[in-house]
Formats: sequence, structure tokens, C-alpha cells
Amino acid sequence: MKALVLLSSLGVIALLAEIFSFKKLLYPIVLLGLVTAFVLNVFDWDTNHTYYKMMQYDNYAVAFTGVIIVVAFLWFIMAEGFFKEESNLTDHFALVLFALVGAVMMVSYNNMAMLFLGIEILSIPMYILAGSSKSDISSNEAAFKYLIMGAFATGFLLFGIALIYGATGSFDLSEIADAVSAGTASTAIFSVGVLLMLIGMAFKVSAAPFHFWAPDVYQGAPTVITAFMSTIVKTAAFAAFLRLFSTTFMEVSGTWMNVVWVMAALTLLVGNITAVVQTSTKRMLAYSSVAHAGYMLLALLAGNDYSNSAILFYAAAYSIGSIGTFCIVHIISNAKNGDGVDSFNGLAKTNPFLAVVMTIALLSLAGIPPTAGFFAKYYIFTSAFVAGNVGLVLIAIIASLVGVYYYFRLIIAMYFKESTSTEAVPVESNHKLLLLFIAIIIIVMGLFPDFVIKLL
Amino acid sequence: MITLLLIFFPLVAGLLLLFVKGPQVKTLALGAAILEFAIAVFALGHFHQDATTQFEWNYAWVQSLGITFHVGIDGISMLLVLLTTFLVPVIILTSFKTEHKNPSAFYSLILIMQMALVGVFVSLDGFLFYVFWELALIPIYFICLLWGGEDRARITFKFFVYTLAGSLFMLGGLIYLYLHTPGGHSFDIAALYSAGQSLDVVHQGYVFWAMFIAFAVKMPVFPFHTWQPDTYTTAPTQGTMMLSGIMLKMGTFGVIRWLLPLAPLGVEKYANLAIGLAVFGVVYASCIAIVQKDFKRLIAYSSIAHVGLIAAGILSMNTQGVQGAMIQMLSHGVNVVGLFFIVDLIQKRTNTREIAALGGIRNVNPQFAFLFLIVLLGSVALPLTNGFVGEFLLLNGVYQFNPWMAGFAGLSVILGAVYMLRSYQSIMLGETNGITSSFAPLEKSEKAVLLIICAAIIVFGVFPKPLTDIVSPAVDQLLAGLRVALGH
Repeated sequence: MKALVLLSSLGVIALLAEIFSFKKLLYPIVLLGLVTAFVLNVFDWDTNHTYYKMMQYDNYAVAFTGVIIVVAFLWFIMAEGFFKEESNLTDHFALVLFALVGAVMMVSYNNMAMLFLGIEILSIPMYILAGSSKSDISSNEAAFKYLIMGAFATGFLLFGIALIYGATGSFDLSEIADAVSAGTASTAIFSVGVLLMLIGMAFKVSAAPFHFWAPDVYQGAPTVITAFMSTIVKTAAFAAFLRLFSTTFMEVSGTWMNVVWVMAALTLLVGNITAVVQTSTKRMLAYSSVAHAGYMLLALLAGNDYSNSAILFYAAAYSIGSIGTFCIVHIISNAKNGDGVDSFNGLAKTNPFLAVVMTIALLSLAGIPPTAGFFAKYYIFTSAFVAGNVGLVLIAIIASLVGVYYYFRLIIAMYFKESTSTEAVPVESNHKLLLLFIAIIIIVMGLFPDFVIKLL
Repeated sequence: MITLLLIFFPLVAGLLLLFVKGPQVKTLALGAAILEFAIAVFALGHFHQDATTQFEWNYAWVQSLGITFHVGIDGISMLLVLLTTFLVPVIILTSFKTEHKNPSAFYSLILIMQMALVGVFVSLDGFLFYVFWELALIPIYFICLLWGGEDRARITFKFFVYTLAGSLFMLGGLIYLYLHTPGGHSFDIAALYSAGQSLDVVHQGYVFWAMFIAFAVKMPVFPFHTWQPDTYTTAPTQGTMMLSGIMLKMGTFGVIRWLLPLAPLGVEKYANLAIGLAVFGVVYASCIAIVQKDFKRLIAYSSIAHVGLIAAGILSMNTQGVQGAMIQMLSHGVNVVGLFFIVDLIQKRTNTREIAALGGIRNVNPQFAFLFLIVLLGSVALPLTNGFVGEFLLLNGVYQFNPWMAGFAGLSVILGAVYMLRSYQSIMLGETNGITSSFAPLEKSEKAVLLIICAAIIVFGVFPKPLTDIVSPAVDQLLAGLRVALGH
């Protein structure tokens, strides 16, 4: 909760910076603020504070908030260039910080109203940020598409909340759960409400068949914003999804389990198979991000002791790997004016450091030991196995093999293909440090996963 | 402690090597590999020749999931660790006259791969075993991708996907058994053994296939072999040696340690089919080897034939079969490295590997011809060479399982002699032609490699007892355990 307050005040400070003209100081202030927020968040561990039954700061919320803040810190280092344009500087800071506030609310809500507020506080800045490169037509398109589709999804979500309120008479998660176990909620209205909310959440995590917005928006938006969407937004959305469905709606799992089963299978297959034929790396990573949602759905569906911890670990491993890959894609596409797979040709010769970090990050996304991504996949598969979803695990295994195909296309391009230019791509020193840190953390999380998984 | 040293010394050496520039890289890599061999010999000196697991190290790794860093060495592991640590310096020495671009990365990858291979052979925890198993794949993938021959991107990728697909089945099998361990679940080998043996025959059958496919791809056994000839042919010589000399043994070792005791009933149920495939592969690969024009490809196919017989011997689950497999794993490792080195020597001097284009090298370089002949005789299992002991025991083991299959597999001895002797005749004997007339004499390092290999072939052919003494108590104990599990 303290972290939430601090993040909101940082957002306000960012707005004030325009008036009191300390724009230059804003970047270090925000980084310092994030570190402080992380420390404050750690103090919330094991306290299980409840705030007027609206928010509940249990360990689940603290752990996910921690992941979100760490990823946000890495993201700010990656996106330093985004905060250099003179004209929109404070807007950018404020929007991103408010989006973070929304993300933290989404992992700690205890009331449907807070869930809705969190989603909107997160989404509205994202609509604007997706269109933040104003002169670029595809960025405009991305913002527009995201807004329209997002509005639809919100509509479904609200309708679902309304129906559930109608069936149970409450917005409060625990009261809804009580009504469900007392049997007073077993009406058709309630089931329809659950399914409508499921659609809304599936849109937010870009699960098939509600994923169609993702590739266009991810490709059109500026790369740094794409990185934000595919890491922080996805983590928050999954945490919210899981919080709702693994507790309150678990008793009525009969109504939604089969739907999610089909969704997970579709997401795994559609995401991975479509990624294979992409020539733009950004679009490929967008489909890969859809595919990763499929793996996380496996743990959500399992609904057992492993689920929370598996999704936490997966979200962390995936987000850190993604920040790494997007950072390199950002550097390369800026230098070569294009994000095609062929712009990575010969990178191992011109920039061996970038190539090695990219390889580690891609191996992690593909789930090859000893990286964090491997352990994440292993953990998800175990959780699904325990729940008896053997068929889905088989689909996921096949999907991972397809995944290897497109991740390795980039690796082969970097090491095997000849580059047209022999000049090294310039890399700023803060990016170098960030990438080195990401490479180390991917290996450390793969070798010593205990420090994350024993949290939940 | 010594086990940890054996695993991590090559890793540290490999990583340090990345920072070395210049011509001394080769020497340093060789030094590190020889030091590693010395550690292994030291371990052998302190090894009690009984069935116990020694030099154990058990450290809680991922405590909440029952994953441990549990390593140790018994007779079976000892033999394979010796093979690995013996072959890696030899393999590095074979590259002394080859100029690889970016040598520090090349030797670093070889040493890192050695780390993973030793790790596979000493792991006593299912999860750890899987991690090392996959870890071995990454260095060899890059060795083949970066230093390989024509069309390497496609071929090495096929290799990667094949083995990864097999491994994922194994991971599924391991998780399945893990979930059958009592209480908070554990990946420890003993817990997995008892979990596997407590399953009924149908479920042990599932476990058998999940694990067997992974091992069958790695060895490879027919019909999972299609990646192998291309990959062996395209990989740089040292990569091919790592693949065929050591990495293939991961598969056969896997069957001994991670398949037979995990699903004995499953093995028994499907033994006919699996041994049938292996034996069929023996004859099939031998026949294809006969018609090969490329000498490197011919040896690749001969390797499928040899490893098929090893697999058949292990799966027949008797003393002769498993014991023979252990000896043959060692001999095959040494011989195949020798053969691929000979291919490399010929190719470097004549720029061709085509058997028909060569001829009469013996007239130019009789010394080379003599050393080649010894390696060749070891590979066709002539008595008093190392190949004979293993092959004899293996055929004996398969015979006890099914005389017909043994008869069929025995064809491989004849066919092997056919293709090996024929290619020797065509390459070394006959008239010297334009390509071979200027066949340069052997360099010092090349001679050293061939002499080491020939010495190993003859010494262990005449006197195999030291090797069998290391391994036989462990094999006897394994088989005794299997007999109990099978209720014989």
C-alpha cells in the first residue's frame, strides 16, 4: 500500500515538474522513487493489511508488486531515450507512473470496483502511450485499435461485474465467494457474469481468440511502449486474472474450466505457429507474447498449490527476458531503420556482446536450461501435470518446439548470416550495464530459482 | 568434493579461456583438459572397486520442490568420466594443425560441453540430470553452427530440434515419476527408482517410451537416426568427435542409469520391439554404409550400427549385455575418434573425402597406413583389439535374450568388415594417383594422437581386466536390483 501511495505521488510530482521546471531532475527522482517503493513494498511482507475491504495487501500482492517494480526499474533504464524529447517529457513520465499505479491496484484488489479502477488506470495511459509517436501513422493506428478494442473488453468486463453483483448482491470478493459456497449464487446470471468477465480478462492478457489486437498494437507502438505492454501490463493482468479466478470463482470452476482449457490450447498453438511466419521481429515477439500467455493459462487452469508461485516465476522470467530482447530490438531497429529479422544478420561479428545477451534472452524465452525460462516452463508443466491436464501439457510441449524454431531463426541470423555492413552498432553504456545485468539475472534465476518460488 | 571439481573445473577453464587471445589458446585448452584427466585419474586412484557410490555430494538446491544437487560416482559413472576426460584432450590435440577462426570461443565451448557431459554421468538427481543433459546440447549446437561445413544452419537446427523434442518427452516422464514419489516429492534417484518400480506394467510402459525416445534420439537408434549422418558429416571434425565419441554415450548411459531401474517392467514388456528396432538399425545402417561414397558419412553410418548393438545389449538386461555395453562404449568412443581423425587427416591433405577418388596412400606414407590399419581393426572387432571384447559380450548378451536376433545382429560384424576393409583397400592400397601422390607425412601432434589411440586399442584389447573390474560390481548390483524388481 505504501508503494502504491508513493507511486501515485511520483506521478503527481512528474506533472508538477512542468510547472516548477525541474524536468532534468525527473529521471533520477523516478529511479530513486522506484527503489524506495520496492523497499517500502518489502516492509509490507507478511503484514496482510486490508484497506476498508477494498484492497488487500497479502503476500500475493506484495510479491507481484515487487516483480512489477523491478521490471519497471529495468524498463526505465531501457527507455531512457523515450524521456529525452523536450516537448512531452513530463506527460510520458506521468502516464507511465500512473500506469504502474493501475498495475499495482490490479494485483492487490479485493473488490470488483478496485479491479475495474485498476484496469482503467492502467489502460488509459497505455492507449495514449501507444500513440505517443504522433507523426508515425502506425503508432496512431495502434493507439486507435487498442482504444476501441480495449473499450469493448471493458464493456464485457463491466457487464460481467454487473451481472455478478445482481446474482450475489456484492462487489466484495470474499462476500461473493461466500455467496457462491452458500449456493445462493448458482444462477444462470452468475455463470454468464463469470464468462463475460473471463472474456474481459482474456482480452487483457491477449489470450486467443481475443488476441487480435496484440500484434498490430505491439508492432505499431514505439518499441519501448511495446516492451512495457508485453511485460508489466501482462504481469498485472495475469495477477488480476488469477486472483479472481483462483479464489472467488474456483468453486464454480465447472462453468469456466473447459473454456479456459480451449483458450489455453488455442493461445499456445496460434501464438507459436503464427510467430513462425513473421518477418518483423517486433511482430514476432508480439505473437510470442501471446504464446507465453498460453503457458501461464496452464497454471491458472491447474488451480493448485503450485499455480500462484508458478505464474509469479513465469511472469518474472518472461518479463526480464522480454525487456532484454526488446532493448536489443530497440537498439538495432534504431541503428538500421528496420526491425526485420535480417537486420540481425551478422550481429555476432559486429556486436558480439549484444549477440550473446540476445542469445541468452532468447534461450530463456524458448525455455532451454540453465535459464530462468526453462525453470519457469518446468514449473508450469509440473503444476499442470499435478492437476491432471496431461493433454494440455503435450500441446504445450509441441508448442515449445515450434517456439524454438522462431527464436532460433534470430540466433541463426546473428551467428550464421553475413551482415551487409561491418560497422558495429553503437550501444550506450547504460544499456550495456542493463543487458549485462539481465543476462546475469536470467542465469541466476535459472540456477537458483528458490528465492523466487518460495515467496508464494 | 572431487566430483564437484570434475564438473566445474572445465567450466571455469572454459570461461577463462574466453579472455585469452592469440596462439597460446590451444596449448592452454590442452593443458586444462589434461589437468581434468589428471583429476579423473586421481579419483580413480581413490576409488574403491565395489558397487558403492563414492565421492557423493548432496546439496539442497531447490528445497521447496525437492530438487537436490546430488552427484556421486559409481563404477559405471567412473568409466564414462574416464572416457570423457581421456577423449577431450585427445580431441583438442587433433585440432593442433587446424586453424579455427575465433579459437578462444571454440575451445571454450568444448570445455563447457565437457562440464555438461561429466555432469550427466555423475548426476544422482533427475532434475539435475535433465539440466546437464540439455546443457550439453547448447555448446555443440554452436560448435556445429559456427565452425561447420556446407548447409550447416539447416542441418544443425534439425539436430537441435530432434534432440530437444526427445528430451522434452524425458522431462515429461521424469515429472510423472516425481509426482509419484511420496510426501513433498523428490527428484532424488532412489526416490524415482522406487516410484517407478511401484507402478504397474502399463504405466511403466508409458515411462519406458517417454524416456526411451530421448535416449534413442541421442544415440541414435533406428528410426530416430535421421539427424545423425548429416550432422556428423557437416560438423567440424572436433564437433563430430565430441558427438560420436562422448555425447552418444549420454544416450546409452541414460538407458542404464535412468531407464532400466526406473521402469523394469516396461523395459521387459517392450524389449522385443526396442531390441528389434536396435538390431534392425544395426543391419540397416551397415548396408547403407557399404554404398557410401563419402568416407566421413560412411563412418557416421557405422556409428549407428555400433551403437545399435550397444542398445540391444543393454536392453537384453543380462550381465553379458550390460557389461559388454560398458566396454563397447569405451572402445567405440576411442575408435570412432580415431576414425574421424583419419578422415580429417586425409581431407586436409587431399581436399577430398570421396573414397573412389583416393588410392595408394600406403605407397606414399606407410606409417600412416599402419596406424590406420590398427584403428580399423579395432573398429571391426578383430580379436586382441578393444573392439572384440565388447562386441563378443554384446552378441552373447543378445543371444541369451533371443538367438535369432543375435544371429541377425551378428551380420554387423561381417558387414562392418566389408565396408571398412573395402574402403581401406580403396583409399590406402592400389595405385597412387594425382591427388594422393603428394600425401604429406604426419606432423608430430598428429602422430601423437594416432599413437595414443592405437595404444589404447591394443592395450585394452589384450588386457581389458582393469576396466571390467571398475564396472562389474556396479553392473552386478544393478542387475540384481532389476531381478528383484522383475520378480525373477
